[in-house]
Amino acid sequence: MTEPVLETRGITKHFGALVASDAVSLDLHAGEIHAVIGPNGAGKSTLIAQICGALTPDAGTVHLEGQDVTALSTAERAEAGIARTFQISSLAMEDTVLQNTMLGALGAAGKRPSLFRPILRDRALRALAEAALEQVGLAERRAVRVADLSHGQRRQLEVAVALAQAPKAFVMDEPMAGLGTSGTHDLTALLDGLRTQAPILLVEHDMDAVFALADRISVLVYGRIIATGSVEDIRRDSAVRDAYLGDAA
Amino acid sequence: MMRERHLNLILLAGLLAIPVWAWITDEPFTITLATRVAILALAGVGLNIALGLGGLVSLGHAAFFGIGGYAMGILASHAQNYDPIFTTPFLFEGTKSMPVIWLTAIVMGGIAALLIGLISLRTSGVYFIMITLAFGQMFYFFSISWPAYGGEDGLSIWVRNGFPGLNTLDPIQFFALCFVLLLLALGLHWTLARSGFGLALNAARQSEARVEAAGLTPFRLRLVAFVISGMVTALAGALFADLNRFVSPTMFAWQMSGEIMVFIILGGVARLCGPVAGAALFITLEHWLGGVSDYWHVFLGALLLLVVLFARGGLIGALVKKEPAHD
Ligand SMILES: Nc1ncnc2c1ncn2[C@@H]1O[C@H](COP(=O)(O)OP(=O)(O)O)[C@@H](O)[C@H]1O
Ligand SMILES: [Mg+2]
Repeated sequence: MTEPVLETRGITKHFGALVASDAVSLDLHAGEIHAVIGPNGAGKSTLIAQICGALTPDAGTVHLEGQDVTALSTAERAEAGIARTFQISSLAMEDTVLQNTMLGALGAAGKRPSLFRPILRDRALRALAEAALEQVGLAERRAVRVADLSHGQRRQLEVAVALAQAPKAFVMDEPMAGLGTSGTHDLTALLDGLRTQAPILLVEHDMDAVFALADRISVLVYGRIIATGSVEDIRRDSAVRDAYLGDAA
Repeated sequence: MMRERHLNLILLAGLLAIPVWAWITDEPFTITLATRVAILALAGVGLNIALGLGGLVSLGHAAFFGIGGYAMGILASHAQNYDPIFTTPFLFEGTKSMPVIWLTAIVMGGIAALLIGLISLRTSGVYFIMITLAFGQMFYFFSISWPAYGGEDGLSIWVRNGFPGLNTLDPIQFFALCFVLLLLALGLHWTLARSGFGLALNAARQSEARVEAAGLTPFRLRLVAFVISGMVTALAGALFADLNRFVSPTMFAWQMSGEIMVFIILGGVARLCGPVAGAALFITLEHWLGGVSDYWHVFLGALLLLVVLFARGGLIGALVKKEPAHD
């Protein structure tokens, strides 16, 4: 088997008495979407925070293409190739769609940003950003301020910024959060095409989206992975039904 | 309602035209007032790089203003007394040359900003305001208790420092120097705001997590902004001391930090020419209302309150139409 692009090995995190991550080991391979599902408070966002560097695990390690990145900061991991999207859109609201996307391209460039060169005239970065906007369908709105975007467009922009980073792996925290049916449908189609550019670790609540997209699913309950498998495996798993899926399956 | 660019041009043209007119009609006092505006605006442009672009609410910029002032005072007082600053390990003499004084002020301001920034930028919000205020006060009390350079009484310089090829004692020529430096600083702000650095710095003000997730370090961006900001404000301090031919601990006082911030708030935070509009309004009010009543600060306070409550964009925000987002 080939080496996973992204991997956690025995990640553990306590908040006082609460075990938010309990020896979580999972991996993400090239070309796949690996979904992580689980009830509210299961520890999904905490897991993502540790993968991306916002939280330091009490134990366990995070690996990107085999390299241990656990000691790296958020910014260093992003530079190394991990691009994340946030459960609650985190964008520069006063800036334009293009400026936000340029920020992703700028970070991925790996150099310190220039103090003097006008950023929007940087052809290479601009091409990266424009291509990302084209792909998520926001090219027409490039000059609009983020504050003037609809919620759905902001979710698309989250993906565009990550895409402009030209990452090795995407880590997405509930990208469908707050989207209506058609929004979810569009974003599902978008993510479907994205997995060939870089694999996606997808935390998602929307089961239709997860079943439509996931190559593999891991189920997180009380910080522990209780099952990993194909969509069919997970649908059939009785422990998963009891713990989480209920009637949805 | 007009475009911000046009308003900026009008403001700067006005700041140039008034002293030129005063020069023609032989009113040196008006030239001095305009020079004050240019220098204080320059101090404001410095703070605006930290506050406007970076969202760093520093209440300690008097530290840099005062460092610039004392850089001038110390160099010039040693020069006028023919007394070297130190002789070992090498001979270091004072100077009356503006370019050397400016360079010294900029370097010292930058070093101070680096040290203050390294510590205070680890905090944010109210803590950042308080810690920068505390650093400013440290310099203030230090300058009061340092007898070598006048202590509380300050230092007087007998003759204004020189600039090659100019007669700096001529008010209009000194104004021209200050005005050119102000334009250069505005050019610096303008350039930074459009750069990748400016984009990231400004984004870090709005969403720190986003900037980190994109692979950039907000702390580093802010430190660079803070150092540049301190350098520009220190340069203004050197000019201010040269204008008055006097430097004293009041340049370090927290009221000075407050005043520099007031220029920006009055003119419009993050607006390129906000500090110019703010400093001009401030000096005009001080001049007129100060003649009417000793309590002119009360009027200033009321005006500030009105701006904060009803005109968040300051004078410039009130006069320009909302810019369409540019690409
Ligand atoms: N910083 C924190 N301090 C203390 N408890 C936290 C913190 N962050 C999350 N938790 C707790 O950890 C658990 C997992 O939270 P989270 O990872 O946000 O869950 P999910 O994203 O799966 O809904 C929850 O019980 C939450 O209250
Ligand atoms: Mg969550």
